[in-house]
Amino acid sequence: MAALAPTSRMRCMYIFNRNGVCLHYHVWMRPHTTLSQQQDQKLMFGLLFSLKSFTAKMDPVGGNKGNLGMPSLPGQGCSFHSFRTNTYKLSFMESPSGIKLILVTDPRMGDLREALRFIYNNIYVEYVVKNPLYTLGQPFKCELFNSTLDQYVKTLQ
Amino acid sequence: MRASLRPSDPAVSPAIERVNAELFTLTYGAIVRQLLTDYEEIEEVNKQLDTMGYNIGARLIDDFLAKANITKCTDFRETADVIAKVGFKMFLNVTATVANWSADSMECSLILEDNPLVDFVELPETCQGLSYCNILCGVLRGALEMVSMRTEVKFVKDMLRGDDVFEIRMKLLEQMPEEYPYKNDE
Repeated sequence: MAALAPTSRMRCMYIFNRNGVCLHYHVWMRPHTTLSQQQDQKLMFGLLFSLKSFTAKMDPVGGNKGNLGMPSLPGQGCSFHSFRTNTYKLSFMESPSGIKLILVTDPRMGDLREALRFIYNNIYVEYVVKNPLYTLGQPFKCELFNSTLDQYVKTLQ
Repeated sequence: MRASLRPSDPAVSPAIERVNAELFTLTYGAIVRQLLTDYEEIEEVNKQLDTMGYNIGARLIDDFLAKANITKCTDFRETADVIAKVGFKMFLNVTATVANWSADSMECSLILEDNPLVDFVELPETCQGLSYCNILCGVLRGALEMVSMRTEVKFVKDMLRGDDVFEIRMKLLEQMPEEYPYKNDE
């Protein structure tokens, strides 16, 4: 668990690749977990996959035809970027290469689209993808990534 | 992908660092030289360059998306344009022209009049079949595959073999939809 102020709004973060592999799971504060880590990650990926498909399906103006749950081409249709419950907020970003970033925070957190973009652009790509010894598609444990991320999320409101 | 044609926002995207062109060109030359020694067969060298390129492309794509700040990509025509205008500019500091579209928009050519990889190169008699810049084909194929486009990429014109330009032919084989990776009973 990373050292953040107890008042921090960060809860946890997931990074998935296009094949549903959880490349990274980062916890700041999550005292309450009910599932095994593996099941938790699988369900999270499933939730995003269905929600993405469903939001595109519900589009009243544009939207692609085809059945609900049918595979869609990347970039096709609209997508959601966050949802909020009374106890947490989940923010989501997907790159065209299928990397999915999920940030779970306190529900009062503002718009995190730019923050997710920053994490992908300046932290994930810089410290993980560019590491020549990192094997693509494998979960990573990277000190520099962790410390830079911890440092960055402190600046988020 | 239209957004990418704008200059990227420095607050969100990392700065683009540059490297001495001569160092880059000579390093690439040294790699090709070593492959020629290791593999002996010219065809095998072409294949190795393509494979190396593929592995580079698969990583380079994320770097490219981050620096160009691209968020969406829908059709092959736009993709080809972005590769030619933004991609080549970013990594090789040249721009390519997109030309010779096939009627079904599945195939096009990237034309390079200037190519920093070959600055000091002349093909000797013994290397006639060598596609010296074949690594570029691999890079394009690897990068496109990561954004769900399976392609076939090859050189059809090569200045080292006496043509007036470099022409890379890109053919879109299929766009792979994203599928749910788990089975229900897993």
